[in-house]
Amino acid sequence: MDMLKSAALTAAFALTGTTAFAETEITWWHGMGGHLGDVVNQIATDFNASQDDYKITPVFKGSYEETLTAGIAAFRANEQPNIMQVFDAGSATVIGAKGATVPVQDLLVDNGVDFDIEDYISGVRYFYADNNGKMIGMPFNSSSPVMYFNEQALEAAGVEAPVTYEEFETVTAPALKAAGYVPLVQSHLPWEFSENFFSRHNLPFATNDNGYAGAEGTKILVNTEEFAMHWTHVKEWLDEGYFGYYGTGWNDNQAQFEEGKVGLWIGSSGSFGGLMAKDLPFTFSATNLPYWSSITEEGYQTFIGGAALFAMSGKSAEENKATAEFFRYLTSSEVQYMWHRETGYVPITEAAYEMAKEDGHYDRFPAAETGIKQLMLTSGENTRGYRMGFYVQIRDIENREFGRILSGETSVEDALKAIETEGNALLERFAKTQG
Amino acid sequence: MKRAGFSTRWLPILLLVPQLSIILLFFYWPAGYAIKSSFYLQDPFGFGQTFVGLENYTSLTASSEYLKVARFTLLFTVLVTFFSLALALLLAVKADNVIRGAKTYRTLLMWVYAVAPPVAGFIGLMMFNQRWGPLTELFGALGWDYNLGVDYSDTAFAMVLVSVWKQVPVNFIFFLSGLQSIPKAVREAALIDNRSGTRRFWDVTFPLLAPTGFFLLIINITYALFDTFGVVDTLVKGEPGNNPMTLVYKVYVDGFRGNDLGGSSAQSVILMILVLALTVFQFRMVERRIHYT
Repeated sequence: MDMLKSAALTAAFALTGTTAFAETEITWWHGMGGHLGDVVNQIATDFNASQDDYKITPVFKGSYEETLTAGIAAFRANEQPNIMQVFDAGSATVIGAKGATVPVQDLLVDNGVDFDIEDYISGVRYFYADNNGKMIGMPFNSSSPVMYFNEQALEAAGVEAPVTYEEFETVTAPALKAAGYVPLVQSHLPWEFSENFFSRHNLPFATNDNGYAGAEGTKILVNTEEFAMHWTHVKEWLDEGYFGYYGTGWNDNQAQFEEGKVGLWIGSSGSFGGLMAKDLPFTFSATNLPYWSSITEEGYQTFIGGAALFAMSGKSAEENKATAEFFRYLTSSEVQYMWHRETGYVPITEAAYEMAKEDGHYDRFPAAETGIKQLMLTSGENTRGYRMGFYVQIRDIENREFGRILSGETSVEDALKAIETEGNALLERFAKTQG
Repeated sequence: MKRAGFSTRWLPILLLVPQLSIILLFFYWPAGYAIKSSFYLQDPFGFGQTFVGLENYTSLTASSEYLKVARFTLLFTVLVTFFSLALALLLAVKADNVIRGAKTYRTLLMWVYAVAPPVAGFIGLMMFNQRWGPLTELFGALGWDYNLGVDYSDTAFAMVLVSVWKQVPVNFIFFLSGLQSIPKAVREAALIDNRSGTRRFWDVTFPLLAPTGFFLLIINITYALFDTFGVVDTLVKGEPGNNPMTLVYKVYVDGFRGNDLGGSSAQSVILMILVLALTVFQFRMVERRIHYT
């Protein structure tokens, strides 16, 4: 009876709502579950409360992959949402489909919202941009791989968090192992030990300007001396007891760190909020992703992972206006700071970063600044990221071959060759889908 | 014998229309679409596409990974089918002999039937949890460094075990009812002829169970090939990495995760042909040799 009553009330409110204000309603499909989903809902609620003309409804569609697939299916049935969240690995698919989205830069400018790409922090600017530097997707939850450390573990071992992999291998790892810890664990091999490996050392990950110059003829560049060196060492670390691997599941690896068994864990800057919310048996902090000093004297910046929001095409001018207004709200410093504070994802604008600094957020939590600082390190021609089609499948191949290196099923040489061959075949196939 | 029939020609057609239109809409139309897609490489959003002929098929047959998945699927199907049937038969024969508390035993053995494959996978995930899974700990105590999700064969072991566990009750129900439909007179006659329980089982009971067994064989092959999707998906947590997967799961991974519609369609067409072959085998080759009455 109560349920019936409240349903009737809701319906009544909904009716009065539409008749009174004639709001423009838009939908937002996303893949943010758990705590992140709560924050997304909060942003939507706050936006709806902040004005009377527009109403946004966020809808959780499952994992990143599921969200993209649902969005594609909806687009083909002409039922697409106004805003769709697409993750880093799916960006070539959505950006390659010209006509599927309205570039955010055009959307904002056409609807009278100020836009200057220089307002965005440097590591964020061009990942979701086209070849001319026009922003296609609005960076939303932007993260970068950073190295968390267990302060008590490092203290017990009498070492500091390493800056380079050489330091890790010769100093940190032996000491941590002797102190009874698993020295190093990571959570996402393709992202942390592959994609950002190339960016951190300013090495090309693919031909055609890392794929940004177009899908035609793009080739993946994993079969290189530097990359083989990295993987040879990772395997040695595993055999030596310097590195722990617990499968492709992000959380299976993170859980080992959370239990206090691990010294160093390479996770996401976006893991910060979640770690803070947990009652860990130790204190933690974070530092930059290490690099090999034998490859580069100084580490370059990493690029953003996470996901961006795309304005789907085929919507009315009023709805596009509403989407633009939501993006205006979303990129405001207050909202960006709130998102950053609650989740650990980096603020996407310089202004929001300044606001967080002034508020003393980083004095309270120095680790929260690591990701954003790392995204602002020296840039190079290969630090923008990559643009490869069918990259979700290429990631699956990387995961498979890396897993096989670690389990001893294959050699580093054969694994990299397999990724190269199968990756290039997929890239060639993807180029044909664009024809 | 009196033949029942319809007086008009239109009534049977009218009665068949709902069923046929459902089959048409949900089977033939998508199947036709899949066949068409398998000859194209297309942009997932539907903007661009290129006709590539048989390329989607040739790239599959040339891929050592696809063949590896196919080999695993074959092995997996053989293992799951064999153990599901063998264990269920053993349990059914034993339960059939029990007189006291028979109902309780039977109910307990059938219980798992109600568990959905993803739930079964999830239970497996907990039993084999890397850090605190009871089975992981048990294996550890026995000196087996069991590592779900990291070691290929360890994950395969869990997939087979969970799939068998989930399927045994279904087979058990069928075998038990099969056993109970064997006439008492036949059993008693066999008892007089031979005291050995094992001999009686192989010479009398087993052949009489053949129709049930054959029906279950087909059901179990189909189960291992297709219905174990939920178990596989849960155990690899959506990201297979270097873990094994079945052919059906690969269709999903390439099509729904990777948005490679052409490649994924070609794979599903191959599976369609496989099912067709299985059906032909069932009706043409074996049904003739097995007598149901």
